[in-house]
Amino acid sequence: MKRIHTLAAAALFSFAAAAPSFAADAVKIGMITTLSGGGASLGIDIRDGFELALKQKGGKLGGVATELNIVDDARKVENAKQIATRMIKQDDVDVVTGIVWSNLAMAVVPSVTRAGKIYISPNAGPSALAGKNCHANYFNVAWQNDNLHEAMGQYVNDKGFKNVYLMAPNYPAGKDALAGFKRFYKGNVSAEVYTKLGQVDYAAEIANLRAAKPDAVFFFLPGGMGVNFVKQYAQSGMSKAVPLFGPAFSFDEGILKAVGAAAIGTFNTSQYSHDLDNATNKAFVAAFTQAYGRKPSLYASQGYDAAMLLDGAIAQVGGNVKDTDKFRAALKAADFASVRGAFKFGNNHHPVQDIFVREVVNDGEGVTNKLVGKVFSAHADAYAADCKM
Amino acid sequence: MTLVLFLEQTLNGLQQGVMLFLMAAGLTLVFGIMHLINLAHGSLYMVGAYVTASVTMASGNFAVGVVAGMAAAGVVGMAVELLALRRLYGRDHLDQVLATFGVILTFNELTKIIWGAQAMFLSTPEWLSGTVEIIPGAPYPAYRLFIIAIGLTVGLGLRHLIVNTRLGMLIRAGATTREMVGALGVDIDRLFTVVFGIGAMLAGLAGAMAGPMLAIEVGMGEKILILTFVVIIIGGIGSVRGALVGALLVGLVDTFGRAFLPLIMRAFFDPATADSVGASMSSMTIYVLMALVLIWRPRGLFQAYGG
Repeated sequence: MKRIHTLAAAALFSFAAAAPSFAADAVKIGMITTLSGGGASLGIDIRDGFELALKQKGGKLGGVATELNIVDDARKVENAKQIATRMIKQDDVDVVTGIVWSNLAMAVVPSVTRAGKIYISPNAGPSALAGKNCHANYFNVAWQNDNLHEAMGQYVNDKGFKNVYLMAPNYPAGKDALAGFKRFYKGNVSAEVYTKLGQVDYAAEIANLRAAKPDAVFFFLPGGMGVNFVKQYAQSGMSKAVPLFGPAFSFDEGILKAVGAAAIGTFNTSQYSHDLDNATNKAFVAAFTQAYGRKPSLYASQGYDAAMLLDGAIAQVGGNVKDTDKFRAALKAADFASVRGAFKFGNNHHPVQDIFVREVVNDGEGVTNKLVGKVFSAHADAYAADCKM
Repeated sequence: MTLVLFLEQTLNGLQQGVMLFLMAAGLTLVFGIMHLINLAHGSLYMVGAYVTASVTMASGNFAVGVVAGMAAAGVVGMAVELLALRRLYGRDHLDQVLATFGVILTFNELTKIIWGAQAMFLSTPEWLSGTVEIIPGAPYPAYRLFIIAIGLTVGLGLRHLIVNTRLGMLIRAGATTREMVGALGVDIDRLFTVVFGIGAMLAGLAGAMAGPMLAIEVGMGEKILILTFVVIIIGGIGSVRGALVGALLVGLVDTFGRAFLPLIMRAFFDPATADSVGASMSSMTIYVLMALVLIWRPRGLFQAYGG
């Protein structure tokens, strides 16, 4: 019995060892993302977007065979760190990507860039990586964390709201969110409420909110928290009296599917929307919907763009990604058609892009986001000036 | 702070407590009678929520969904007891924690395979979707009142079951001295399975009730599980009465903490600091409560005899 085990293990090991050698000159990409537990839908969207791009390119980004290794971090910092170490030291990948959460990104990205590898962020954009501590090997293809909140601050301000109630989870990205909102919102802040991360019941907060009599609510509650809050807010009968505003993270396609009609009539800001009118996006939405049977969320678009960014840059250097200087310059040029339309990198390798506002509507097929306007054109983040690059 | 707000928050606390009670009643019975630490209790809550959502969607009737959700959780619970947990009764608590944690992972993955990773949708039934102004000036969601009513009904039903029926007598006897119950010729294995099934159905009911209000997602059970353990420790392990009192206490203290600590802190700090200090303090209140109760009564408020 024991011998069989040993044999099986040996067979497994030799298979694992043999696998990479099939493609010696392939570009190796390591993807660390959240595929299980709470928040898995975000990582799955990113992965699906990335894989769709890879499939469309026949498994070759920039014309070079691409080996994509996807590992689940289960939203745990320790896991993400371990996986990153393995990818850098053992698998010797060329590019790392995939991380959803800012706290995980903070734990992983610096060690990746320090090891001389390229990191492409398809989501998390903590301020600490955008300013003084920006890095030549770090590129964020999504946004800097504050961006969408800033846009909503501007929008709520433009709409003439004077007394806004703010809510976010009590963790660093929550505080960044409210800071970003307040950077552009000039009216009175009715209250600034920090809820527990992963909180399920918001009855106490909603009762306080009603008593405070604000004229609007801005909330940043991604994933399941957003579902809980929006459902309970609708049940409390407050939706008509005090409108809800938030970043796209509080209203992504996954959340809307779970919330249903309760979210109709709310507004959110995003750098992407599935109804953006450009040819690249139309093709992407059609392909994504056909492949996965759901509309792409902003996370999916970011995964797709990450792959397309790499595709353009790898083609430009003729597959020679080991020449880091040239590869970096090619990435910085961002020579690819983003599904969001105009896209370029600022000096700190974060996007300079338009930010839109969307309304939640029922389009006949279901509850979804509809583009209603643009808040910022070619918006850069607030930390770029601190980055010496 | 006005009286209206205070009353409204009291209702919120009661409602949260009632939900916790549905979870805690089953957990405390299993812990008290079988001496089993069952971390997978939250998975049964998740099964209840998912099945309720699916069946409600298919049948268009929430009541049918709830019954199906409870039944599914009960059946799944008993199956897990027969297949896996039965082997753990004689083992020490660490083994039980490890094994039932494995059950959690299995259930989470299975749920993801069957229903997908995205949160599921379940709307509030039409007749409960409005608000009721039972406190003048504070319209209260009808659905939350419904949960309070269901929870209290279940509490009374359980009391009847435990005090007045033969099964209840066996449960009480089993909690006190299970060897003696076995020696008197009662089929203790079957008793355990039945008790586990009851606990599982209650968890399923809690999940079903949570559906219209919360995100139905993979891992939803773990979020409520920790609070549930706090409840049964405060209430006294094995005591259903303790579970009720503990649950209401935790619900009220947690709600009041979240609602009023930031307001109180505003008397001492500027608003931004007060909100953030209040938020941090309110996440500790129930653990402070637990510590205080344990100092006063190390075995919880109501202890089951023997144990």
